[in-house]
Amino acid sequence: MTDSRNGSGAAARTSISVAITGSGGAGVMTAGNMLLEAAAKAGWYGLMVRSSGPQIRGGEAAALCRFATRPVDCLDDRFDVLIAVDWENLHRFADEIPLDSASLMVGDPTQGDPPEVFAKSAARYERLGIKGMAKAIQGSWPNMVVVGVAAGLIGLPKDVLRAVVENMLKKSRAGLAPSLAAIDAGYEAGETMQAGEKLAAPAPRSESRWLITGNQAAGYGAIRGGVRFVAAYPITPATEVLEWLAPALADVGGTLVQAEDELASINMIIGASFGGVPALTATAGPGLSLMTESLGLAVAAEVPIVVIDVMRGGPSTGIPAKSEQSDVSIAVNGMHGDAPRIVVAPNSVADCLMSTQWAVHLAEATQSPAIVLSDQFFGQMRAVVDRPKDVSYQGARLTAAGNTEGYKRYSLTESGISPMAIPGTPGIAYTADGLTHNERGIPSSGAKDHAVQLAKRERKLLGHEYGDYWADVEGDGETAVVTFGSSTGPVREAIARAKADGVPVRLVSMRLLAPAQPAKLAAALAGVKRVLVVEQNHGGQLLRHLRSEFEIPGEVQSFRRPGPLPIRADEVHRQLVQWSNQ
Amino acid sequence: MKAKKATAASARKSAAAGIASIEELMAYAYALELEAAERYAEFADAMELHNNREVSGLFRKLARIEQRHAEQVLDEMGWTSPPETPHGGYKWEGFEAPETGDVTELHYLMQPYHALQIALHNEKRAHVFYGNLVKQASNAKVRKAAMEMEQEEAEHVRLIEEWIKRTPKPDADWSIDPDPPALAD
Amino acid sequence: MTAATTSATARATIPLTAADFKSDYKPIWCPGCGDFSVVSSFTRAFASLGLRPENTAVISGIGCSSRIPAYLTSYGFHGVHGRSLAAAAGLKLARPDLTVVVASGDGDGYSIGGNHFMHACRRNVDMTYVVMDNHVYGMTKGQPSPTTEPDWDSKLSPGGTGLRTFHPLVIALAAGANFVARGFSGDPKGTGELIAEAIKTPGFSFVEILSPCVTFRPEQREWRKAVREAPINTDDPARAARLIMTDDGFNIGILYRGHREPYYRKTDKAAKQPADLEKGFAI
Repeated sequence: MTDSRNGSGAAARTSISVAITGSGGAGVMTAGNMLLEAAAKAGWYGLMVRSSGPQIRGGEAAALCRFATRPVDCLDDRFDVLIAVDWENLHRFADEIPLDSASLMVGDPTQGDPPEVFAKSAARYERLGIKGMAKAIQGSWPNMVVVGVAAGLIGLPKDVLRAVVENMLKKSRAGLAPSLAAIDAGYEAGETMQAGEKLAAPAPRSESRWLITGNQAAGYGAIRGGVRFVAAYPITPATEVLEWLAPALADVGGTLVQAEDELASINMIIGASFGGVPALTATAGPGLSLMTESLGLAVAAEVPIVVIDVMRGGPSTGIPAKSEQSDVSIAVNGMHGDAPRIVVAPNSVADCLMSTQWAVHLAEATQSPAIVLSDQFFGQMRAVVDRPKDVSYQGARLTAAGNTEGYKRYSLTESGISPMAIPGTPGIAYTADGLTHNERGIPSSGAKDHAVQLAKRERKLLGHEYGDYWADVEGDGETAVVTFGSSTGPVREAIARAKADGVPVRLVSMRLLAPAQPAKLAAALAGVKRVLVVEQNHGGQLLRHLRSEFEIPGEVQSFRRPGPLPIRADEVHRQLVQWSNQ
Repeated sequence: MKAKKATAASARKSAAAGIASIEELMAYAYALELEAAERYAEFADAMELHNNREVSGLFRKLARIEQRHAEQVLDEMGWTSPPETPHGGYKWEGFEAPETGDVTELHYLMQPYHALQIALHNEKRAHVFYGNLVKQASNAKVRKAAMEMEQEEAEHVRLIEEWIKRTPKPDADWSIDPDPPALAD
Repeated sequence: MTAATTSATARATIPLTAADFKSDYKPIWCPGCGDFSVVSSFTRAFASLGLRPENTAVISGIGCSSRIPAYLTSYGFHGVHGRSLAAAAGLKLARPDLTVVVASGDGDGYSIGGNHFMHACRRNVDMTYVVMDNHVYGMTKGQPSPTTEPDWDSKLSPGGTGLRTFHPLVIALAAGANFVARGFSGDPKGTGELIAEAIKTPGFSFVEILSPCVTFRPEQREWRKAVREAPINTDDPARAARLIMTDDGFNIGILYRGHREPYYRKTDKAAKQPADLEKGFAI
């Protein structure tokens, strides 16, 4: 995507990455958000990822921004610019903010020297008295100077930036004038620091664009799919899904309740859904682990529910605020007994909306639990996206009519889906049961009842037609990459670069991880000689899943690394080209 | 399995003092028999589910007898439908009507002898109930009717006692099960 | 009005009897179990309140007592161990039109489900929680529960647990339950009246029922002799707590009835269409 990755200072760029760092109180996140909004208003695309130390307040923080002329789904391989309000503990971000000789560091000389790890990158260092400049304008803040510097560097139109700042600061009129003055001062400094590194004019773009996080998108997808009841227990990095849903659900006539723990939240949504109301909860790995028993209840009692798992580093408490794709195994396999479930993984911020909406539809249609495997990267990333296409997926449950003669809740139908009696419907009241039961729902330990009910639940999922939405399949060639979730962004960029090098590569980004679609994957990989499986975890969980459910053609290689470092397009690109040319 | 006195609810208001008419008395009699019949039927179901067919059959028989007693009350009074439950419900000396079996007296290995002991205890309580009514009746008509009912229950007691005489006494180890209880949920 | 709806309306107005709330399924409980009588307390309560089976839901967890929903003619949910209160809260909040009753036992409700118990009292959702307490785990063959006496011998805790017994009614008071009562299974009529009062009282109502386990605790047959009517029915939680903490555990009746507003839904009506929410994202 970057047309001048060597940073040779050629003409306009199609993507520029800027990291803004500083200790708590420096306001780097506010600065990053301001820049992202202004870039969006100016017609650009972009994204911002937040990274911070373990402290709740006051710790070192980094706003990792990427501005681009076209939609982007991942961070770039390197940063063009690092602007540091101070250097406190910034060495901790060395891995997350790769710099090179073409990069530019901007720092305040009164705050000391850049840490050794950054200095040795040979990035050019520009000294700018950020704090002094802010101090000279009474009532202004250093982060406003930084906003100006970054805007000047990338060539963000001043009037657009001004409008955004006015809007964001409209509640503090007093602070507006000094902020604008500080931005102007920074802008001037940034403009003069380096010429020829500006972002190219916006490309033709969609008329309707959003600035959204993956967590918000997932929440909206849930509502669009028909969810009207949510139980919530706070957990990083899923809390924003729930916080966004709290007022939004109330607006559309739904209910959100804060539960005492994840055991309660999943059972609350099971209760609500038993009552006929599509229901959802959102959590992360530790919460999903706690919910596992009751997910099995939803399988056995055939109660549709949706659980969003915003993955973070695991096991145990792991790395709460950083991303990892390491819940594949628990999502796909983690339940006792034979427990068919649906697992859907969105592969972009925008897709968090569609995938969640689809998951609601699938759960309701099959009366089964569906897990949405999002991750911290998408969840907490804020990105400029084209408004996703409207999809028609709606929660639609097969229900039973009142006073149905001889009604059996778990009747053995051809599809496996049995009409569900919704409380309030007369003459067909039944007891839903997590014990193995007969067609009427009465507990049974008989071999036949067990076998036919297990088969029925499996049939519901295997027989459902998932259409083309099971995966994004793109391109052709004898080499293919199979990946999912947030690894898709860097893989797509890597494939684009490989194509530019004359190496065609196919992409299979799997959206439906369970139930497995072996025939569809076989068709997507027909004729392939090499398959690279890309995922962000230590153990190769996607690869293991593929090996247990599919025949993977040709030679197989695994590209994997645990979080929190994102998969970088450059690494995947190099491996693809090297392997394809062997 | 030994008979016990229902002392618990002694603080409760006895029904006896309040009954002022034959209709009221017979409504009580009907309720007493019906509740006993329903309870024996429940006992029969529980024993049947636990594969104790003999005792189940006996309870079924007792249920039929009490049901017949209830119907006799209707016949005697010329009622075509059950009497209306008085406002606030029937007031018994114990928690339940005096002829109603105590749920906790059942045992899955119990024998007809035990079942008859329960029945005997219930008939004796019914006898006491009417005896108290005789003592406390507010008018002669009620007293006379109560006396008839008391005599009837005395006859029931005698019949059950005879039945018990014909019934083998269980061995001392009747309740011993060589296997432990089954595991469920 | 069509003929069909007329007859449906007519059907819905015929008052149901307790027997109408019994299902065709025979309880698997041991003969002698107190829970048999609790079934009849439920059916009496439902009938006396004029409830309809289709608008009533009985939610339970795991254990002997939790088998009750299948024995009733109403909607039922037999879920996982200890989580019935959560499932019930979800159902009631999603469907406030339903009457929601939860059935549990001392293991399901006070041990594995202890956390939900406290929070259900605190949340005060309008539903009724009935715990059949027999001081033992029956389904798993006689292990001590939180209400078991400290010296009660068992295979799992030889010589007894040595732990003091739990005071569920005081916990309920402290945590904010709006109605607290104790019943006895041997008094099905009285207990049915307690359940009916509990259902009628807005907010979270808690009814503990002493229900003997004749298999593992045959000595509990003597409870019949020990129970007596409680000397108070107060709206002062401190008074109620003092009685419960100092009595022998056999006072039955309504012990406390408060005036807390139940947890309510913030909205019933949709003010916006889902698509309206997009405005918040638009650039």
